[in-house]
Amino acid sequence: MCTVCGCGENEEQGHEHHEHAHSYDHDYSKGEAGVHVAGLSQSRLVSIEQDILAKNNSYADANRGYFAQHGILTLNLVSSPGAGKTTLLTKTIEALDSAFPISVIEGDQQTANDAKRIRATGVKAVQINTGKGCHLDGHMIGHAMGDLKVKDQSLLFIENVGNLVCPAAFDLGEAHKVVILSTPEGEDKPLKYPDMFHAADLMILNKTDLLPYLDFDVQACINNARRVNPGIKVLQLSATTGEGMDNWLNWIKAAREFSLIGSLSIGEA
Amino acid sequence: MHEMSLCEAIIETAEKQASIQQYKSVKCIHLEIGELSCVEAEAMHFAFDAVAKGSIADGATLHIDRVPGQGWCSQCEAKVKIKQRYDACPICEFYPLDIRQGDAMRIKDMEVI
Repeated sequence: MCTVCGCGENEEQGHEHHEHAHSYDHDYSKGEAGVHVAGLSQSRLVSIEQDILAKNNSYADANRGYFAQHGILTLNLVSSPGAGKTTLLTKTIEALDSAFPISVIEGDQQTANDAKRIRATGVKAVQINTGKGCHLDGHMIGHAMGDLKVKDQSLLFIENVGNLVCPAAFDLGEAHKVVILSTPEGEDKPLKYPDMFHAADLMILNKTDLLPYLDFDVQACINNARRVNPGIKVLQLSATTGEGMDNWLNWIKAAREFSLIGSLSIGEA
Repeated sequence: MHEMSLCEAIIETAEKQASIQQYKSVKCIHLEIGELSCVEAEAMHFAFDAVAKGSIADGATLHIDRVPGQGWCSQCEAKVKIKQRYDACPICEFYPLDIRQGDAMRIKDMEVI
């Protein structure tokens, strides 16, 4: 008998109550015990009571613990494809001008193009190709950290796969998810993809240099984001022209200071 | 298509639990998926059949109970039903509401042999 829905209890009467198809046979005499004992089922119910993402979350927790102990600030950049994550990253790395060590984990389904763009700025980058996967997960990040040999008290950027749906659910152990929304995408993106904007601590409204040519209501966009996530911070900038970049760099520096406080490497110094 | 990854996680759990809870195959898996979570039940069924092939749960049935969304309105001091994460209170139209139920994804139990 299926102990989930109780089907099989009255099988001798023949029943049609299934709303779902059971692919297995109800004739227990063909089962492993080779007998059919009324009221005694070969199958049993085992309780699991576990979050589906429990395993990913345990990897993420391990990553987070490592980052905290070693004073590493990790930022997970998420956006639609084409919102300008890689351009923002390269401009950010250039503007920070080696103030502290930076490394980058690049996630894309295919190609190592983005990692090449990052390496051209002089920082270490590792490319993860997810193949059919639509997001990075905690396990991939753990491996990439080993490849990168991420330095203590450094800044680690994770550029997630361009996708506003799937990466929302997968914790990587980062300090903050930073969601990048570009002005040509429209101001209703936070309502269309509420999970991502809910999960992010900071929204960067990118490509503000295009605003004069677009019918984009900045305030409506911010209101939409705050409707989904009242605590979300918002920065407006153009990675291409550099307008508004100072606020972003200051936010990174402040977040980094915060990640250094209480880390083991500082405590031991 | 993160449903594929979620199904892989479910199968991994089923295989790991097999030695702990002493079973050889899985016949039914019972999930509770919140209506506010980013999971489509149909995509989950589709992905599960593909991912389960050749595993301990090959041919197993996936049962998905959708758990309705529920928020707490601090103005009405009441639990209210919601369809979306950003819904306002249906009584007083206040938002944001504090999500109390419907954003989780859990494996509840499995029927095994």
